[in-house]
Amino acid sequence: MKTLAILHSTVRAEEKMLLKAGQGRGLVVKLIDIREQIFNPDTFIVDFDIALERSVSTVKGTYAVRFLEAMNIPVVNSSPISSICEDKFITSLILRRAHVQTPQFALVFGIDQAKEAVEQLGGFPVVVKPNGGSWGRLLAKINDMDSLEAIIEHKDVLGSPQQKAIYMQAYVDKPGRDIRAFVINGKAICAIYRASEHWITNTARGAEATNCPITKEMATLSKKASDAIGGGILAMDIFETDEGLMVNEVNHTMEFKNSEKPTGVSISGAIIDYCMEVLKHA
Amino acid sequence: MNTTCIICDADVSFPKDVEESEVITCSDCKSRLVVEKIDRKKVILAKAPDVEEDWGE
Repeated sequence: MKTLAILHSTVRAEEKMLLKAGQGRGLVVKLIDIREQIFNPDTFIVDFDIALERSVSTVKGTYAVRFLEAMNIPVVNSSPISSICEDKFITSLILRRAHVQTPQFALVFGIDQAKEAVEQLGGFPVVVKPNGGSWGRLLAKINDMDSLEAIIEHKDVLGSPQQKAIYMQAYVDKPGRDIRAFVINGKAICAIYRASEHWITNTARGAEATNCPITKEMATLSKKASDAIGGGILAMDIFETDEGLMVNEVNHTMEFKNSEKPTGVSISGAIIDYCMEVLKHA
Repeated sequence: MNTTCIICDADVSFPKDVEESEVITCSDCKSRLVVEKIDRKKVILAKAPDVEEDWGE
């Protein structure tokens, strides 16, 4: 019998769903709290066949994945995938290079460059996001020069070094919702609409989730974006625009507890099935 | 399974499938608590960690 290790920090509803899905498929599932580990290659005992990275902390998760890969253990998602998805600027670069439609973007380190970038992005409003942020935190929609100056100064004075790399994106006017597509190894298995009156449409910020049928355009776009990133288990945030669908962001350790019910798809089951597939070819 | 909230002493109950490292909310004082240890059906709670900059999905 094969053993799957779920690498976690805080256990969320998703990890419990994955635990049940793994056990239901005849796997031995081991929960490993990465905060309690000593990642010493001379002493670490590997008593599992494959690992699924589900850490809520990106930094801790990334080190755990790198360590296990160096110990010749297959990990889902692999470090090449997570290194792209954990940084919004890198994600945008990879998508653009693969000709995946994505909002215009720029990275700057100071206010003078930020002002010029606004012009290059088509003027106000623009969106400033932390490169490594999540759950819609610290997103700023900047409507004018006063706000731009204030936000950049706050980042400069109060921010961590990471916050001083300023990722800017052209603001995309959405129809009161965006789409989150769940994509496994290039195949969009299901999607939800995330509707909110607020311009931030993360379910972590209270957006309502309803089923979104997978269209041909969405399937093709998801496949193209997934291929550019390297496959794996991805959640893509997609905007509907007059020019067609556009991939905004790609997540590599997605949350899905609010998405199984409206879509009727076992996302946890599909993730475990993919892990078993990876194990078969390892 | 039941224990008391470490902040307000109210009774806190758990689902059968409770796991270590799971975060729960006390229904009385709304404190976020983490399940630190499940030991012979006894559940030990601690204050849940604050959300950090790199937390997310």
